[in-house]
Amino acid sequence: MPRTKPKPRPPPPASRDGTARQWAPGRLPEEFPLHALVDEEGRLAQGAAVPVPDAELVALYRWMVLERQLDERMITLQRQGRIGFYVGSIGEEATVFGSAAAMAPQDWIFPSYREHGAAFLRGLPLEAFMCGLLGNAGDPGRGRQMPCHESWAPGRFVSISSPVATQLPQAVGVAWAARIRGDDVVPLVYFGDGSTSAHDFHTGLNFAAVQRLGVVFACRNNGWAISVPRERQTASETIAQKAIAYGMRGERVDGNDLLAVLDATRRARARAAAGEGPTLLEFVTYRLEGHSTSDDPRAYRPAEVVEPWKKKDPILRLRRLLQRRGLLDEAAAAALLEEVRVEIQAALRQAEAKPAKPPVESLFEDVYAVPMRQQVEQLAELREAMAADPRVANPRHVDGA
Amino acid sequence: MPVMNIIQAVNDALRLEMRRDPSVVVLGEDVGAFGGVFRATAGLQQEFGAARVIDTPLAEGGIVGTAIGMALYGLRAVPEIQFADFIFPAFDQIVNEVAKYRHRSGGQYPCPITIRTPYGGGIKGGHYHSQSPEALFIHTPGLKVVCPATPRDAKGLLAAAIRDPDPVLFLEPKRVYRAAKGEVPEGELVLPLGQAAVTRVGTQVTLIAWGAMWHEADRAAAEAAAEGIDVEVLDLRSLQPLDLDAIVASVRKTGRAVVVHEAPRTCGFGGELSALIQEHCFLSLEAPVVRVTGFDTPFPYTLENEYLPRAPRILKALRETVNF
Repeated sequence: MPRTKPKPRPPPPASRDGTARQWAPGRLPEEFPLHALVDEEGRLAQGAAVPVPDAELVALYRWMVLERQLDERMITLQRQGRIGFYVGSIGEEATVFGSAAAMAPQDWIFPSYREHGAAFLRGLPLEAFMCGLLGNAGDPGRGRQMPCHESWAPGRFVSISSPVATQLPQAVGVAWAARIRGDDVVPLVYFGDGSTSAHDFHTGLNFAAVQRLGVVFACRNNGWAISVPRERQTASETIAQKAIAYGMRGERVDGNDLLAVLDATRRARARAAAGEGPTLLEFVTYRLEGHSTSDDPRAYRPAEVVEPWKKKDPILRLRRLLQRRGLLDEAAAAALLEEVRVEIQAALRQAEAKPAKPPVESLFEDVYAVPMRQQVEQLAELREAMAADPRVANPRHVDGA
Repeated sequence: MPVMNIIQAVNDALRLEMRRDPSVVVLGEDVGAFGGVFRATAGLQQEFGAARVIDTPLAEGGIVGTAIGMALYGLRAVPEIQFADFIFPAFDQIVNEVAKYRHRSGGQYPCPITIRTPYGGGIKGGHYHSQSPEALFIHTPGLKVVCPATPRDAKGLLAAAIRDPDPVLFLEPKRVYRAAKGEVPEGELVLPLGQAAVTRVGTQVTLIAWGAMWHEADRAAAEAAAEGIDVEVLDLRSLQPLDLDAIVASVRKTGRAVVVHEAPRTCGFGGELSALIQEHCFLSLEAPVVRVTGFDTPFPYTLENEYLPRAPRILKALRETVNF
């Protein structure tokens, strides 16, 4: 008897908003309820306390407004051709600022690539960040990486890598080193929902759990990895539940609720510092814009799926909370907005005034602690070629424009 | 002076560096209580404890990735990759991460780690226990690549690698791990990276090799001498940085060069050496530079002697080069 060929099964249809639940029923996700402290109207949950003093809360609101204004301004700048690329965090500001603000000053931050807000909290000047976007002589990264790949060692904000999840085992290494040295230092490592598919996600969580190292794993589940929705990355109903398999704590947090993010990260940090090991935090948020300036979300995501998330805007929610508590009235909010706009404009003006390029010898520096023979000879070769023909440094020559 | 093999010399260097500097940490698969599958870390966990001599889960990307974090924090991590053939799961962490950290951060984040790994064939290890991937890493700006051939060099170069401010890939010639024996100074020994050794002085042809193949080159040179061919042998010891001056001085003198390596020929480091020799010694050359190498095939199991560029093939190349 010829065996009937099994019909090829199509993969389950993807929902277009990245939120559909179509998985087998089970109790597991129920163990990971969404932790929230403030509702969309800005009302504090019953019995909950605000985990930071009023002044800090207003300061964080200001940072979030600044970040939103910065993202919008920089996206415009990219469209004007003044910077080459930009990746923002519109809609995800509470996740970034809440988590970074929960850490101690001596803690290390391993960013994925949307967390320049965390670098600002750690003291990266706005102007220096913009020099990085321009890749000019004022860039602390010396013009070596694309925009939004900043490093800020004075704030223990580690250099950004484009391949996803590589920073997870590295953050684990920092926790390991801190334990060997006996230091009270906890790394906070960011990654997206797409990164949970990468081998370094597994490696990082596994190494940390086996060694019971104090690491705060912060997954920004914003629903999308460029054009691919979350359920095309993992068949787990939640990302937090993956913690069970690694033998660590996991928690699902409303990533648009600044207070919940702060609270959950603080608790994870406290456990890490107390020797209770790593925590996987899943911040449920939403990427309101494209992945970066290089993609148009209309090509893969209908506009209407974004609408419900606009109502969950983290800045709006925090503003309502502040208003309810009498910490920010309309006039103060308007003044604050104007203030950050001026600040951004001033920083941009200063950044754009810097020389457009770092000196040519900087290309050959920092490859090794001391340049080797090749770097020295090749710099001389480049200088000679540039002296012979200035078009060497001119892209228009090769592009034919 | 004590006589050691390469395993003992590596072990001695690790022990002395760990005693000297409390920030030196060893991590890898089976490196702890067991002391490594080749015994290179034997006794270290007993002396320095499990916090500094660490058995990791089996994931090379995790071994190198966590070593990077340790180095960023200020430790001197010395990860072991059990066989060089297993290094590829860590390729991204090595090529995109550790090699680039200093440069990509504008000099803010140096990342000095020393990755030790046994490499090379001739131990009946087949494809997955025999490869020589040095060219892939020499091709990666930001990395240094060191490959000793003798116990003395293994000790002195490993100490230098661990103290170096840059990431180093330290390739250990496992075929001669125990077979190569020699006198090794007691106590601290640090040899500079980037200096080749002229191990045999000759006038007619320069023979360049490193690691396990230096031993084959040395044998071939002795056999050639019996035939009246006067060979100068260079052990490169460090491939990046490369001692170009030593190569150029020798080839300008002899006018001929034969390069030996066991990695496949195409895009092997022999091609780079050949290019450098013609760039720097063109007017001195009496014959084309010849490469005696592994073949452009996967590393074989049964036919490994045929595959390896052992002394008889090197001798043949020497004869042809001097008679060109």
